[in-house]
Amino acid sequence: MITFIPRDKVSKNWIIIAPILSIVFTIFFGLLIFTFLGYNPLETLYQIFVSPFSRIDRISDILVKACPLIIIGTGLMLCFKSNVWNIGAEGQFIMGALLAGFIALSFPNIETKFFLLITILAGFVGGALWAFIPAILKTKLNVNEILVSLMLVYVAMLFIDFIVRGPLRDPMSFGFPLSKPYPEGALINKIPFPGIGFLGQLHYGILFVFLLVPISWIFVNKTLGGFKINVLGSAPQAAKFAGFKQNSITITVLLLSGGLAGVAGVIEVSANIGQLQPEVSFGYGFTAIIVAFLGRLSPVGILFAGIIIATVKLGADNAQMTMGIPKVVTGLFEGILLFFLLTGETLQKYKIKWSEGKK
Amino acid sequence: MAKKELEILLKATKISKSFGDFVANQNIDITIAKGQIHALLGENGAGKSTLVKIFYGVLQPDSGLIEINNQKVSITSPNVARKNGIGMVFQHFSLFPALTVAENILIALDNKIKFNKVVNEITKLSKEWELFVDPLKLVSELSVGEKQRVEIIRCLMQNPSLLIMDEPTSVLTPQEIKNLFKILKRLASSGCSILYISHKLEEIIELADEVTILKSGKSIASINAKKTTTNFLAETMVGKKITELKKTIKSKSKKIAFEVKNLDKLKDHEFGISLTNINLQVNYGEILGVAGIAGNGQVELMEILSGEINCEDNDQILLDKTPIGKTNINERRKLGIETIPEERTLHATVPNLTLNENTFLTYFFKYSNTKSWITNLLNNPQNSSEESTKIIKNNDVRCPETNPLASQLSGGNLQKFILGRSLANNPKVAIFSQPTWGVDIGAATAIRQKLLDLSQNGKAVILISQDLEEIFELSDKVCVINEGVLSEIFDVTDITATDVGLLMGGKNKKMEPIK
Repeated sequence: MITFIPRDKVSKNWIIIAPILSIVFTIFFGLLIFTFLGYNPLETLYQIFVSPFSRIDRISDILVKACPLIIIGTGLMLCFKSNVWNIGAEGQFIMGALLAGFIALSFPNIETKFFLLITILAGFVGGALWAFIPAILKTKLNVNEILVSLMLVYVAMLFIDFIVRGPLRDPMSFGFPLSKPYPEGALINKIPFPGIGFLGQLHYGILFVFLLVPISWIFVNKTLGGFKINVLGSAPQAAKFAGFKQNSITITVLLLSGGLAGVAGVIEVSANIGQLQPEVSFGYGFTAIIVAFLGRLSPVGILFAGIIIATVKLGADNAQMTMGIPKVVTGLFEGILLFFLLTGETLQKYKIKWSEGKK
Repeated sequence: MAKKELEILLKATKISKSFGDFVANQNIDITIAKGQIHALLGENGAGKSTLVKIFYGVLQPDSGLIEINNQKVSITSPNVARKNGIGMVFQHFSLFPALTVAENILIALDNKIKFNKVVNEITKLSKEWELFVDPLKLVSELSVGEKQRVEIIRCLMQNPSLLIMDEPTSVLTPQEIKNLFKILKRLASSGCSILYISHKLEEIIELADEVTILKSGKSIASINAKKTTTNFLAETMVGKKITELKKTIKSKSKKIAFEVKNLDKLKDHEFGISLTNINLQVNYGEILGVAGIAGNGQVELMEILSGEINCEDNDQILLDKTPIGKTNINERRKLGIETIPEERTLHATVPNLTLNENTFLTYFFKYSNTKSWITNLLNNPQNSSEESTKIIKNNDVRCPETNPLASQLSGGNLQKFILGRSLANNPKVAIFSQPTWGVDIGAATAIRQKLLDLSQNGKAVILISQDLEEIFELSDKVCVINEGVLSEIFDVTDITATDVGLLMGGKNKKMEPIK
């Protein structure tokens, strides 16, 4: 039998040593596996860990990939901190993108970039409305939000599929399920750097992340709202004793996280795709759950976790493209990395005791 | 007492057990003779439960030797314990409410017996030992005392030579306690040893032959219980002289502070208690004690008195004759009503937050300012740091570091903090539920003194407590809650502990107030 005993105090050194050890272990097991499978181990590790940083445009691509993960992860942090289990960010992402897309396509000739404020707001509303369904069912009828939010992901997927094949299909798309391209006013441009030009796909949407991280940090640590979320998540009875209203906190965090997922959807589509298509998300809403927990439900942690996960995903893509390593193998490697990162974190907080097995 | 040399049943030598860095038992020696009632006395956290769990095979000792009938045994599981003739009645019963008494006992038996035989056996045992229960009744329909009898019968089915009882009286009325003692004494005289765990001194003197006192995980004394006094036991257990409470004679005002009128509240979940027609009033300068066995509606009553749940009707609660039934908990704090719920952690405080943040928990509304939205938005625990330091200092809350997490404090210190946090708001009405439950004697005395001081300073106090001694020591008026019904309010000089005990057991509900 294994028992976990909480440590009285987390050593400061271990906060730094643990992640480094996790990476060392990951590299060790990665080397073993790649050697075993007949790939050049050093080359593979280079592709996964180093190549994403090898050129400045690749570094900016990490940021682009991390952008939706961090935005969604921040919203999910609010939910998870208050013990509300929103698993449906993927669906809220899609519905945000869809509502914003609908508004964008309704004004085909608009050019002013101020219009982006409206589409982003629409994205927030779309995602928040989708999250409002589990919120109201949970608070009024005590329906489990995990099930409802997850099921609504599939409803959203089928709904956007129907929309781009039906009402919003571009007549000029030669039968492809695509909407018309967005008007200029609804597109997020790449950032031009004087003398260099564009850096990969780096776009203005990234500014939203740099705004969101400090704001969410202040919200969590320095406001009454953040305190309420913290208390409700740690001790619902104590929240009652303090006079906090549990239901309104639950609804608020679901609306905020749904809204942020929706905004992530708008930024992703407006910056990287430019029109609606059946697949807009590629699993960002689910990956962001890992990002939120890997970042220990803290805004700064989520920033770093988003970058780590984005790096490994891009590195895995590179390894696939240059060395022909199948996706399952790189997926396995991602799994090993997460395993060791989470183990390291657990061992920081708990001691493990082995006792003789009984029964 | 010098009848014959007593045969030794169980002998434990140098038992040690630690959890992480915490040493729960350290080189404990204890010897239990055949047919002896051996009491194990100690404060909360002294290591009593750990020791008996080792005897019953729930925990394994790190080191030490256990001998039964002079044979070395290693008790690796409760199964082995039962085979060695050890039975145990836990503090919290382990019965299935949806099954009958006989079914519950059948499940627990190690060897398979036919159902009818079990029923016969139960009837026989319950007659023989006056442990009256109907074997075919559902456990959910039994009273707490009856449930305990079922647990005892379950142990007796195995013909134990040692019966361990973990704080058996904490849930019983005085009458039920008397009955239990009679049974235990008969059991002992028939040759079955009893290891009796308690922190109640009077009980031990009345019941036990010998008493072993534990303190901070060590056995510090084994004494003949017939030749000692409660004072001596208390001082040995605590390790210092106990200060007596200072009670001054107070001039009683007749001004009603707080009133509850015709309050009904249906239970909101299956295992809750519905409150029926609650009426109470408390005057300024008075302590009203609400006695009752745990689980009779105290939690539900507290939710309504504190304002965590609102009344249906504003007139159901009055403060200074003004209706406040529909105000919420923070509005009541502003009006000068302070409450402390029964659960110290997770209700009155959040364990993984600091004391400062826990102060902010019930103080945050003080720092809001209707004029400045930015102050309201950035209202955070830093605002309460000064107040928090003051509470810690003024109430002798001993902290391992400055501003520790609530979970780092011992039960007594945490309770002193909680009480101090309430009193710092200078309430005119204080409603406290089980304020000294599970607190060491030193802290309990300090807390009781604070309650007395409050009433002597002209405040109204409602004390909800399971501890009858505490109720009689502090209260001016007494009432009893039983199954969600509150008895009439009696003057403490007009009612005896026996009467209160009867009310606690649900008898004589319609007894006339003694005037």
